[in-house]
Amino acid sequence: MNTFKKSHKQLSIFVTAGYPNLESLPEQLSLLEAKGVDFVEVGIPFSDPMADGPTIQKTSDIALKNGMNLDRLFDQLREYNSNLPVVLMGYLNPVLAYGIDRFLSLCKEVGVSSVILPDMSLEIYERFYQTTFHEYEITPCFLITPSTSTERIATIAKTCRNSFVYLVSSNATTGENISFGQDQKKRFERIRSACGETPLFMGFGIDSKEKVDFVHEVCDGAIIGSAYLKALEHGNEITFLESLQTHEQA
Amino acid sequence: MKTAIQPDEMGFYGEFGGAFVPELLRPNIEELTRAFRTAQDDKSFQADYLSLLKDYVGRPTPLYYSSKLSDTHGCAIYLKREDLNHTGAHKINNTIGQILLAKSMGKQTIVAETGAGQHGVATATTCALMDMECIVFMGEVDMARQAPNVQRMEFLGAKVIPAKSGSRTLKDATNEAIRFWINHPDAYYLIGSVVGPHPYPEMVAYFQSIISEEIQSQLKEKTGSSSPTKVIACVGGGSNAAGAFYHFYENEDVELIAVEAAGKGLNSGESAATSILGTPGVLHGSMTLLMQDAYGQVTEPYSISAGLDYPGIGPLHAHSIQTGRTKSISVSDEQALSAAKNLSRNEGILPALESAHALAALEQIELSPSDIVVVNLSGRGDKDLSTYLQHSSK
Ligand SMILES: Cc1ncc(COP(=O)(O)O)c(C=O)c1O
Repeated sequence: MNTFKKSHKQLSIFVTAGYPNLESLPEQLSLLEAKGVDFVEVGIPFSDPMADGPTIQKTSDIALKNGMNLDRLFDQLREYNSNLPVVLMGYLNPVLAYGIDRFLSLCKEVGVSSVILPDMSLEIYERFYQTTFHEYEITPCFLITPSTSTERIATIAKTCRNSFVYLVSSNATTGENISFGQDQKKRFERIRSACGETPLFMGFGIDSKEKVDFVHEVCDGAIIGSAYLKALEHGNEITFLESLQTHEQA
Repeated sequence: MKTAIQPDEMGFYGEFGGAFVPELLRPNIEELTRAFRTAQDDKSFQADYLSLLKDYVGRPTPLYYSSKLSDTHGCAIYLKREDLNHTGAHKINNTIGQILLAKSMGKQTIVAETGAGQHGVATATTCALMDMECIVFMGEVDMARQAPNVQRMEFLGAKVIPAKSGSRTLKDATNEAIRFWINHPDAYYLIGSVVGPHPYPEMVAYFQSIISEEIQSQLKEKTGSSSPTKVIACVGGGSNAAGAFYHFYENEDVELIAVEAAGKGLNSGESAATSILGTPGVLHGSMTLLMQDAYGQVTEPYSISAGLDYPGIGPLHAHSIQTGRTKSISVSDEQALSAAKNLSRNEGILPALESAHALAALEQIELSPSDIVVVNLSGRGDKDLSTYLQHSSK
C-alpha cells in the first residue's frame, strides 16, 4: 500500500530538523499532526544546500549551529512515535558520510516513509544505490520539473510507485515567488497523466491557500517549505496553517 | 583531439566525478555536454580558440630554463610561464574556451564564481572582449581580502555580487553561482577549475591542456625529448595542474606531482591539503575528495593563498592520486612565502602565491642530476605583493 495515496487532496509541510531549536522537531511534528497535515518532510541540514533559496539556507545554518545531525535526528524521530508519515529530505553528502546502509536501516527502524535526495539523480541512484534502498525497502522520491520529458516522467513515476513524484513548480530554487496561469495548468495535466498511478505532489514557491487550491486542481497534494519556515521564524505558524485549511480538512 | 584522461559516459574517473545535480539542472547540463562535444569536433571552433590564445592571450607562453634553480637543485629545471598570459594566470585559457562555447550556444549572460578573483578577472576580461554580460559571485570575505581584483572586474564591466551565505568564501560563491544558474537556465555557468558536475572537469582540463601540449613541443626543441621526468603544479581545484599533466598521463615515465596548500600545517586545523585530509564525498555536483566533518558537513579550508583554499579537488586528480599515478605533496604558508621571495630575488620573477607552492615543492622532493623538471608557474604575484611585503618585514 502506498502511504501517499489518499482519496482527498493533500497538504505536506517541510521543516528543517533542528530549527528553530535543536529540540523543535517533536513539537513541530505534533503541531502539524494536530493540524491535519498529511505528511511532513523533514530537512536534514547541510552546509552547502545548492538547490535551496535564502530561507531554507538560513534555517539549515541555524540548525547546524544548534548541533543537529543525523544521530540526533533519528533519536528524535524514534521518540516521536506517531502515525504521521515522515519523509526525509536532504543532500547526498551527509547521508554518504553517515553510511548509506546505516542511514537506510535507521530509516526503516524509525518508520521513515520515503527519502528525497535532490542531488541523487535517477541515473546515480540506479548505478550506485538502488540495491541498498531495495534491501531496506525504502522507496526514494525523485524531483521532476515542468520541462522534464513525458518519457522521463513515466520512468521516474515507475521507480517511485511506492512513494510519490515531486514536481518542482518552476525552474527555480526553493522559496522563489511563482505564479500560475492557464498554460501551466495544461502542462501540469500532461505531467499528471504521465505519472499514472503514482501520486504527484507539487512544491517550491507554494505560499498561500490560493496556490494550494491551484495545485489541488492538478496534483494529489501541495508541499510548503519556505513560507512555513518564514511563519515559524515570526512565531505565526499556527495562523499560517489555519489560513491554509480547506473545509475538507477542518 | 582525443583526451588522454577520459572519464566514462557518466563522467566518472574511477569512483570520482559524475553529475550529482538536481533534476532542475539536468537540461542545462545536457545542453552543455552536447555543445562541448560538437565544439571538440568543430574545426572552426578550434581555429577561433587557438587564434585568440595566440593573438589575444599571448601564447605560447615561454618554457624558461632557470639556471639558478637548476644550479641549486643539481638538475634541469624549467618554468612554464603561465604568468605571462594576458591577465596574469592560466585561468584565461579556460575562459576563452568556455565563452567561445557559450557564444556558439547563443548565450548572452555568463555567470561565474571566483575565490581570489583571478578566474573572475579572466572571465570579466573575456566577456568584455566577446560582448557578454558578466556576473561574478564572490564570497563577502574574499571581496574584502582581494579588493583590487574586485575593482578590476568592475572596471572591466562585470557585476560582482557578494556571496553572503555559509562561510562567505569560494565554496559559497560556487553555491550562489549554481543557484543563479538554476534560476536563470538561459545563462552560461563558467566554472573556473576542474571541479563541478560532469562535463565541467573534463571540459576545463581540455581547455587547459594547451599547457602540456606546448611543454611537449618546447621541451623537444630545447632538449631533443618531449618528455620531462617530473611535472610539478599547485592544486586548488586543479585546473593548472590538469593542463600541465594532461599529455603526460599516459607516459608513466613522467612523474606528476600535485602540490596542495598545507596552510599552517597538516595537523593545525588550518590547512587546505584536501587529498590528505579529505574523504570521498559530494560537493558542487561531483564525487571527490572533500574536507568534511564526521557528519558530512563541508569544512572551511585555510591557506595563505586565496586560490588554493577550496575544500575539494578535481575528481580526475582525486582518482589519479588514489591510483598512485599522481603524487601529492603539501607545502606550508611559510615554505611558499620563502619560495616566492627566492624566485623574485634570484630570477626577477614575482610568482603568484599559488604558484609559489609548486616552486617550494622543489625543496621537498628527491632530485637526481638526470632529472628534467617542469614547474608550472601558474600566475604572477602582483596581486600578492601586499601579503609578501607584510611577511618579509616580520
Ligand atoms: C595563479 C593561480 N594558480 C593556481 C590557482 C588554483 O586553481 P587551479 O588549481 O584550478 O589551477 C589559482 C586560482 O585562483 C591561481 O590564481
